[in-house]
Amino acid sequence: MYAQMIKSEKSNETPEELAAFQARIDRGERIEPKEWMPEGYRKTLIRQIGQHAHSEIVGQLPEGNWVTRAPTLERKAILLAKVQDEAGHGLYLYSACETLGVSRDELFEKLHSGAMKYSSIFNYPTLTWADMGAVGWLVDGAAIMNQVPLQRTSYGPYARAMIRICKEESFHQRQGYSVMMKMAQGTEAQKAMAQDALNRFWYPALMMFGPSDAESVHSEQNMAWKIKINSNDELRQRFVNETVPQAHYLGLTVPDENLKFNEETGNWDFSQPDWTEFFEVLKGNGPCNEERLGARRKAWDDGEWFRDGLSAYAEKSAARRAAVAAE
Amino acid sequence: MSKKEWPLWEIFIRGQHGLNHRHVGSLHAPDAEMAINHARDVYTRRKEGVSIWVVPSSEITASSPSDKGPLFDPAESKVYRHPTFFDIPDEVGHM
Repeated sequence: MYAQMIKSEKSNETPEELAAFQARIDRGERIEPKEWMPEGYRKTLIRQIGQHAHSEIVGQLPEGNWVTRAPTLERKAILLAKVQDEAGHGLYLYSACETLGVSRDELFEKLHSGAMKYSSIFNYPTLTWADMGAVGWLVDGAAIMNQVPLQRTSYGPYARAMIRICKEESFHQRQGYSVMMKMAQGTEAQKAMAQDALNRFWYPALMMFGPSDAESVHSEQNMAWKIKINSNDELRQRFVNETVPQAHYLGLTVPDENLKFNEETGNWDFSQPDWTEFFEVLKGNGPCNEERLGARRKAWDDGEWFRDGLSAYAEKSAARRAAVAAE
Repeated sequence: MSKKEWPLWEIFIRGQHGLNHRHVGSLHAPDAEMAINHARDVYTRRKEGVSIWVVPSSEITASSPSDKGPLFDPAESKVYRHPTFFDIPDEVGHM
């Protein structure tokens, strides 16, 4: 659950200021909220952490879809706990983002208006229970691949949020794999369901890392600032290498005819996902874009009276306390 | 969009009996009571705590990053404040 294709913003600072800042980062120092930072660094981080936070929040929706239909009470409780974790992860990240001078409500508004994005993966539907397995195993697995290095990112509040998130994310991936194991060892029909889920989620999971950024100036800047640690291709390869044997253990087939272990490099060679599809989904034309944003907007609007009610109650009780104190 | 944003609270959790409360992060809530409820959900889902403090973020006064030198540098030259500064002969035994 994280950010894709983050453009770096330009800075207007002097070369000396920028060099001094870069030197701090190169020494491995962490940058903290009130300290001096280039405007470009600040804005790029708002975009990246904000998009990451939005992904956690929107990521609850495809899984929330199965809470009421989980096959057992235990699976239901586990799924509920996972969805609750995603909400928590979103909140840690919004807090980190707010230290950069943007409010959470502003970020919500940008999500709801479409001005800010969330990860493309959540615009795919979750059609069967096996999808809960595939999402945990592949989607959370891909997210972990990206998030583990980000624990060493240069911005203190972001790195600390990442540490907390990574601790919890491992539960998500393992619970997903456990669903997959159960399905893959089940009846023929259940095994077919597991295979179908892998078929549908494999390429969208590969897309989570974003298109190749080997030549990208944005990536270069973001890597220098240590808000991006590895290239997209590097992380994607790592993910494939780790995931293919896990699929084999399940007795499932990765939907890629070109998948082949390369003795020379020690990597699995694989086919690229359809990048035209990726850009379409990003533009808003994925299977579930409208549904996801619609659900977010509805939840925000329908909750307004409740948020306002709590504020009104807080104001009244503060006034009552002040009156008692004045007596 | 709700016109009024809930204020920000800093959250401190005591991990175990006998330990200090430690800052774990912040969150939004309309009042202190709700801040404790939210802190329970956001920061103690895995039994991370036995007690919660919530403080309005606006009430925190922080030292300025530019004061780092004047505030902390003087301690640098006072290594004698550490017990290992003094060599005690082995014959004296544990001290």
